Amino acid sequence: MRDPLNSKIKKIKPSGIRKFFDIVSEMKDAISLGVGEPDFETPWHIREEGIYSLEKGRTHYTSNAGLTELRAEICNYLKRRFNLEYNSKTEVLVTIGGSEAIDAALRVMVDPGDEVIIPEPSYVSYLPCAVLADAKPVKIELKAENDFRLTKQELLDAITEKSKILILPFPNNPTGSIMERKDLEEIAEVIREKDLYVISDEIYSELTYGEKNHVSIAEIEGMKERTIVINGFSKSYAMTGWRMGYAVGPECIIKQMTKAHQFAIMCAPTTSQHAAVEALKNGDPDVEVMRAEYDRRRQYLMSRLSEMKLPCFTPYGAFYVFPCIKEFGMTSEEFATKFLQEEKVALVPGTAFGDAGEGFMRISYAYSLEKLKEAFDRLERFVNKLRNEK
Amino acid sequence: MKDKILQAIDKNSKITALDLARMFNTTEEEVAKCIAEMEADKIICGYPTLINWEKAGNEVVTALIEVKVTPQRGLGFDKIAERIYRFEEVTSVYLMSGGFDLTVIIEGKSMREVANFVSAKLAPMEAVLSCATHFVLKKYKEQGIALAEEVKDDERILILA
Repeated sequence: MRDPLNSKIKKIKPSGIRKFFDIVSEMKDAISLGVGEPDFETPWHIREEGIYSLEKGRTHYTSNAGLTELRAEICNYLKRRFNLEYNSKTEVLVTIGGSEAIDAALRVMVDPGDEVIIPEPSYVSYLPCAVLADAKPVKIELKAENDFRLTKQELLDAITEKSKILILPFPNNPTGSIMERKDLEEIAEVIREKDLYVISDEIYSELTYGEKNHVSIAEIEGMKERTIVINGFSKSYAMTGWRMGYAVGPECIIKQMTKAHQFAIMCAPTTSQHAAVEALKNGDPDVEVMRAEYDRRRQYLMSRLSEMKLPCFTPYGAFYVFPCIKEFGMTSEEFATKFLQEEKVALVPGTAFGDAGEGFMRISYAYSLEKLKEAFDRLERFVNKLRNEK
Repeated sequence: MKDKILQAIDKNSKITALDLARMFNTTEEEVAKCIAEMEADKIICGYPTLINWEKAGNEVVTALIEVKVTPQRGLGFDKIAERIYRFEEVTSVYLMSGGFDLTVIIEGKSMREVANFVSAKLAPMEAVLSCATHFVLKKYKEQGIALAEEVKDDERILILA
C-alpha cells in the first residue's frame, strides 16, 4: 500500500514532552505548574452574554471575517490600549484563537523556500506552521544575558536573501520576556532595511507588569505596513476554551487570510464572538484584577527564587518565570523528571520550547498562591538536596 | 504599600506578613508595621471567618429587619443605631435610604430566639416606630463568596500552550 502521508508532516517531530505529561496526569497527588492558561474562569458577565446569545437563537454563521460589531470593538480596543489604528471593515480578521491566525498568516505570506525567522525559546506552533506552509524555519537562540530579548545583532546574523518573515513572540511564552519600545525600535530599523515582514504574536499583551505597558511593533514608525498583529481573548480575559483570536494588518494580507479562513474554517464560533464583544466593551476591570493577582504571584515567586538562590532574570510579561538550573549539571528534562519523581511537582523543561531553552525550566504562575507556595517549598527542598549531594 | 496589602488580603486574610513581603518586594517588618497601623486606624476592622454554619451542623437563624425610627435632635440616627448594634445578636446595622431607616440583621439559634429579641428588645425601644422582620430561608452568597459551590478540581489539562 502507498504511504498515505506526505513528507512534510512526517518531518514534524511530535512533542517529546507528551510522555512526561502522561506521567504527571497519572500521578494523583502531583502538583503541576505546567499549564499555559489562566486559572481564572471567564468573568461571569462575559459568559452570561454567551448564554444570552444562545437564548436569542444567535446560532448561525457570521460573516467570514467575524461580526461587524466585534471587529469594530477590536479596533476601538487596539486604539485605546496600544495606540494602533485599523479599519474594522478591511483590516481585521476574527480567528479561532491566535493559533489559527498564526497558521493563516504564514500560509498566505510565504512561498516554498522562503525563510521564516523564529526566535526561541518560544511557543511551540510557529515552527510546525512554518514547515506546513512550505517555509524554511530559521531559529534565533535568545540569550538569558539579554533577558531573552531579541537584539539587532541576533536578527542581522539570521537574515539571508531568502528571509521574508520574522515571528515576534513578545510578551514571551515561556520566558516572560518583553520587548520595550527601544528594543523594538532597534530591530525595526533592520526589518525595514532588509524588507522583512513581521508576524507579531501579542497574545499576552495585557499581561505586563511593573508599569511596563506593552508596546506593539506595529506602532513603531514604518512598521504598520509590514506587520500582522495577532492577539486574542484567551490569556487576557481567561477565555481559552472559547477559541477567540484575531489578526489585524495591511488590507492586502488580511484579505488573503480571510480567504484562507473562509475555506478552511468558514467563521469563528458565533457564541464566542458575542461573548468577545462583551469582553471588549466591559472587561477592562476584570483584566485589571487578574493582572494584579498575577503580579503578586510573580513577585512572590521571584522572591522565593532569590531566597533559594536560583538565578532567574526578572520577567515583565505573560505568567511564567524561567529560572536557570545549569548549576546542577542536568538537562532540563532530567531536572523535570527527577523533581517530579522526588517531590511530585511538574515543571515544563525549557527545551519543550526549543533547544535554546536548555538549562531552564518554565514555571507557570497561573495557579493559586497556596499551590505556588507548596510547590516552591518542595522546590527549595529539592534544590538544597541537590546542592548538598554535590 | 498599604493599598497593595489591602488588595491582597481582601479575599484572604490568612496570607502571612512574610508572604506579603515577598509579593511586594519589602521586608516582613515593614508589612507588619503597615498592618498594625491600619488596625489601629480601624481601616482593618477585624478578621472574621466566613463559616457555613448549616453545613457544620449548627442551627442558625438569620433575619433581616426593616426598622423605622425617630431620629433624635442633634444625634440623627447614630444614637439609636448604636443602641441597636450593641446587642450581641445583631450582626449588621445599616442606615438606609427609602421606605425605612435601618436594616438590622440578626442571628439567633432559633426562630423563637429571634422573635423574642424583636418583641422584647427592639420593638419596645422608644425611638423605634415599626419593625418588619424577614427570615432568611437560604444563603447563596456572602461577602463575595458563593456558599454552596463545590470545590472544583483543576480541570485544565497539560498541553503545551
